Amino acid sequence: MSVKPQALVITAPGINCDAELAAAFDAAGAQPESILMGALEREPSRIDDFQLIGLPGGFSFGDDVAAGRIMAVLMRERIYPALASAIERGVPMICPCNGFQIAVQAGLLPGPERGVWPHEPATPSVALCQNRAARFHDAWTRVTIPSDTRCVWTRGLQLDHETGLLPSAHGEGRFITDPSTLTALQTNGQVAVRYAEGENFNGSMDAIAGICDPSGLVFGLMPHPERFTRWTQHPWWTRLDPSQRTGEPLGLRMFRQAVRIAAEPAHRRSHVTSA
Amino acid sequence: MSVVHRIEVRTKDGLPDARGEALLRRATVEPGLPQPSSVRSAQVYLIEGALSDSDLQGIADRLLADPVTQVATIGLRASQGFVVEVLPLPGVADPAAESVELAIERLVNGRVRVLTGDRWDLGGVNRAEADEIGRRLLANPVVQSMRSEPWMPDRFPEARAHDAQTRDVPIRELTDAQLERLSREAHLFLNLDEMRAIQSEWRRRGREPREIELETIAQTWSEHCVHKTLKSRVRYTEAGLAAGSPSLIRHASAYAGHSIDGSALVIDNLLKRTVAAATHHLMEPGRPNSIDWCLSVFVDNAGVIAFDDTHAVCVKVETHNHPSAIEPYGGAATGAGGCIRDVMGTGLAAKPIAATDVFCVAPRDMKEPKGCLPPGRILRQVVQGVRDYGNRMGIPTLNGAVWFDPRYVGNPLVYCGVVGLMPRDLIRGQVHEGDTIVVLGGRTGRDGIHGATFSSAELTDSHADEFSHAVQIGNAITQKRTLDALLVARDVQGGPLFHAVTDCGAGGFSSAVGEMGRSVGATVHLDRAPLKYAGLTPVEVWISEAQERMVLAVPQKNLSALRAITDAHGVEMCELGTFGTPERDLILLWKGQEMGRLSTHFLEDAIPMPEREAVWDPAWAATQAPATPETPAPDGLLSTLRALLAHPNIASKAWIIRQYDHEVQGTSVVKPLVGRHGAPGDAAVIQPVVGSNRGIAIGNGLATGLASDPYWMGLAAIDECVRNLVCVGADPTRIAILDNFCWPSCRDPRNMGSLVRAAEACLDGALAYGTPFISGKDSLNNQFTTEDGRTIQIPPTLLISGVGIVPNVDRCVTMDAKRAGNVLLLVGRTHGRMGGSHRLMIGALDGCDTTLPQVDLKEGPIVARAVAACIREGLVCSAHDCSEGGVLVAAAEMAFGGDLGVKIDLQAMPCAGLVSPHARAFTEDPSRYLLEVADSNLTRVRSMLGSLPNAVLGRFDDSGQVSVAAESMSIRELRDAWASGGEGW
Repeated sequence: MSVKPQALVITAPGINCDAELAAAFDAAGAQPESILMGALEREPSRIDDFQLIGLPGGFSFGDDVAAGRIMAVLMRERIYPALASAIERGVPMICPCNGFQIAVQAGLLPGPERGVWPHEPATPSVALCQNRAARFHDAWTRVTIPSDTRCVWTRGLQLDHETGLLPSAHGEGRFITDPSTLTALQTNGQVAVRYAEGENFNGSMDAIAGICDPSGLVFGLMPHPERFTRWTQHPWWTRLDPSQRTGEPLGLRMFRQAVRIAAEPAHRRSHVTSA
Repeated sequence: MSVVHRIEVRTKDGLPDARGEALLRRATVEPGLPQPSSVRSAQVYLIEGALSDSDLQGIADRLLADPVTQVATIGLRASQGFVVEVLPLPGVADPAAESVELAIERLVNGRVRVLTGDRWDLGGVNRAEADEIGRRLLANPVVQSMRSEPWMPDRFPEARAHDAQTRDVPIRELTDAQLERLSREAHLFLNLDEMRAIQSEWRRRGREPREIELETIAQTWSEHCVHKTLKSRVRYTEAGLAAGSPSLIRHASAYAGHSIDGSALVIDNLLKRTVAAATHHLMEPGRPNSIDWCLSVFVDNAGVIAFDDTHAVCVKVETHNHPSAIEPYGGAATGAGGCIRDVMGTGLAAKPIAATDVFCVAPRDMKEPKGCLPPGRILRQVVQGVRDYGNRMGIPTLNGAVWFDPRYVGNPLVYCGVVGLMPRDLIRGQVHEGDTIVVLGGRTGRDGIHGATFSSAELTDSHADEFSHAVQIGNAITQKRTLDALLVARDVQGGPLFHAVTDCGAGGFSSAVGEMGRSVGATVHLDRAPLKYAGLTPVEVWISEAQERMVLAVPQKNLSALRAITDAHGVEMCELGTFGTPERDLILLWKGQEMGRLSTHFLEDAIPMPEREAVWDPAWAATQAPATPETPAPDGLLSTLRALLAHPNIASKAWIIRQYDHEVQGTSVVKPLVGRHGAPGDAAVIQPVVGSNRGIAIGNGLATGLASDPYWMGLAAIDECVRNLVCVGADPTRIAILDNFCWPSCRDPRNMGSLVRAAEACLDGALAYGTPFISGKDSLNNQFTTEDGRTIQIPPTLLISGVGIVPNVDRCVTMDAKRAGNVLLLVGRTHGRMGGSHRLMIGALDGCDTTLPQVDLKEGPIVARAVAACIREGLVCSAHDCSEGGVLVAAAEMAFGGDLGVKIDLQAMPCAGLVSPHARAFTEDPSRYLLEVADSNLTRVRSMLGSLPNAVLGRFDDSGQVSVAAESMSIRELRDAWASGGEGW
């Protein structure tokens, strides 16, 4: 019998999507465990025990100053090295919503160009700022997956017009970066998911909803794939024909892909991620 | 030496300044405001502490400014145009500052104090115009200061300090007039009978009461805490009856606790004999269909029902009206926060899993009287308050309603509801003698003092100044931490670490400790409470309604285990005292010295409950109906339909709904907006337990249009609530409901009469529908006195909230039409009564029956059960209840919700008597449902409906048109009317 990969869910004051993130890992075949940020700060080596990491959504530290800012400052100070080394050993990491906002400020995304993580967290080069309407917005949107993405969570997923959706709920999700970083992300296969045509409600550059690091392991996105693991979560599931509800919902498929990679022996994993 | 530093953060030039742009847009749509040509926003941080230049630079670059999008300025920055700077007043909570202080401590290893605020640079306006924009859109003087230039003080202002003495208040020798004056001037809001009861108690005790003792009584006896009006004995008479209105006198006299005295009906305890009696009757063992799933009713912070064999669901709905009138953002946020705490403090703690919100406000374009805030601003900020608290706590807000009426201008109603989930074996707590009184969560400050008594007063144009201290600013993250720690402490191996828990709500510690210590007494060391700032008096500590505090009864042996959990979650924990005193007294100490001593018997039992006079005066009540404007309504059926869809009560609430995270926790099954483009769902459904297909439907009923007879209004609200829940798939035999009465002053016997009629409707309705009340609340002084002495009373408003168990969420149904070719089936009887309808709110209708719609208590429940059976059998493709606007509005919503056309034949409608086409189309007669049924299932559905009135009204098609009689209109036009009616906020 194979052993389930262990998934670390990092929580902190104001993080509030940890339960559904843990449930998604569980549904996808991993064994989730939630640990408070404070405990990890005291003992960062606990991160070494895990084969998957999730940085959930919410309002860490009230999103005071800016979304994810204070949590990112704390992460840079104490646990960045342990996270970087986890990624180096091939651990897939997902950072939805507040997790994404934290990850881009903590030096985890877009990640090092050559795949070698620096000792000090990098200065942020992308930002998630206030939505175009300067207002919190909750909606399901159609998304697209770039065919050239390196992201192990989204690579190769086929989307259907009626079911290729994800829910978003945020006030600060507008993806902004400088032109050269944008070009690098595009050409390097680091765009992991986009809002479909006409669905870019927050005004993100190039309709980018999520990106990954060059290894494809670290995935940050504003939508919440962990909230689409059952068909009854789909916003118009009562309209869907039963034939459209076969197979697994998009969010769960993302978790499945990553859990499968995490369950593989390390030597095969490094092969997969360098593709 | 400490000095104050200033750092400002703004968006880099060339990048979008979303907040500035939003203010510019807001100034454009707000009526009568000057138009700035440009707005630039900045965040302001004032930091008091010994910091070097490099510390400051590090704080600016690494903490405060985003290197990609923002720039920071240290020190003062020149203005571009005119500056409006907004900062919190001294003593007002500033949650962002607390987070920044924590982060700075990490970065520079030194303690600092922080103030956070906003700066706006307005171009294209003069100084006076900039100030006007600031006053109208940016700052509320109750909690914020507004400055016309960037502010950099030498040191931070301090909140005022008070002496730590508690005084004797001589009352033993006062005359009645002096007692009344004392009550008013000390903000006790006790009536003369109550003041006399206190006077005689202290005469008996042979000393004068201390201030802290009087305050404790005022809190405990406030209308807010004790519901003395609803619990009083009432003598009800009728000065006449309008057509169609039943006399309660003979009708109700058969009920327990009701008796006839001459021409009057006497009810010995209104709440107990109506709302609560219904529940107890329905639960009576041995009676047919006796309800065994109500686990705890009317005794705890929330009502509790069974969910499945291992889980229970608890529900609470609260109002926070008065604070929301003077500071809508903070008032609504703390309203939501307080209701969430109620659920956290139910039994041995429940986890909040859903929230609801219902707002009653004045129309946006109405000019407000002096002393009121502009109605548009009230609703916008109330929404923001609920949003910021619920979203931050991670609780999906997924059901609600908004009702507009000019009479809410000085007294908006803000209802917040919360649903919680808990293990079935933990629904009851019990304080033990010797337990330690433990406080978890936020610190105590001077905020929210006299909230309980303030909420029991009437508002006047000077209340914003007089009661600014009653307003609180919440910190949702503090509460989230407290919740996390509380649930861990509940779920430890071997059972909860505490024997009981409750929240600090109205009255603060005085109510929480007083209630918990009711049967054992308590000794309280007030000086041990952690304070936000020094200088609070013992009285202030005792009655402060500072947010985010929970009180627990903890056995000594568990204290260290509890402290380990609270430390890990960064939650402050304080041992405030001990439960259990020899005489069951409440003993209040400050540094060991006794400040006050009260008997819990006296607090609980001594409140005088005089008989109240209630008069039903239908002529006067007729003036309570919503106004019909002089302007004529459109002629055609479909142009009328379009106008109704744009009516603010009916139009889309997407601008509100989409600001709430209604997906958090990942449980939603039926969302507030359904179909591909977001049409109005009837109720929400969540699936709260992973791995179980069981669901909870959450809905509400509100029929304020029928305020001219609250009997019919109450029944209509119950019927509507049941309809909403049935339409999504709830089991009508497993629906529990809650009552929230918001009434104008019940010292007026006519208002009291209308309250009696609503309460009797609750009794009749709950019994007929088999829907027990499990909790409720009232707010009974909702009126506003203007500067020139005019009193604006709200229409009597009864919100019925409901939760229903959904046996299998896979069988849930939504209201969007699914398939061309399916038939539209109307179930229920149409009378054509137009009283209180939205059709009459947009213009007169000649020759119609203007009596109020009446719920048929025999047929209504049978229709609900029959419709539910059809849904349960999977025979219904979509279901929608006919409420605001009537059948045509409901049918159009189904059609545009499903991108389908529909052709309707109003003549096919089963009517009682002759009813004109307009009345058929727009009456809001209750107990009616629209079902979409496939041809193949129609026979089966109709046989299940049996002899109940039902008829095929038409058929859905691919025409993209709603057609009725000879008229047609595109669903796009109708959807646009519905959507645009909710735009511009």
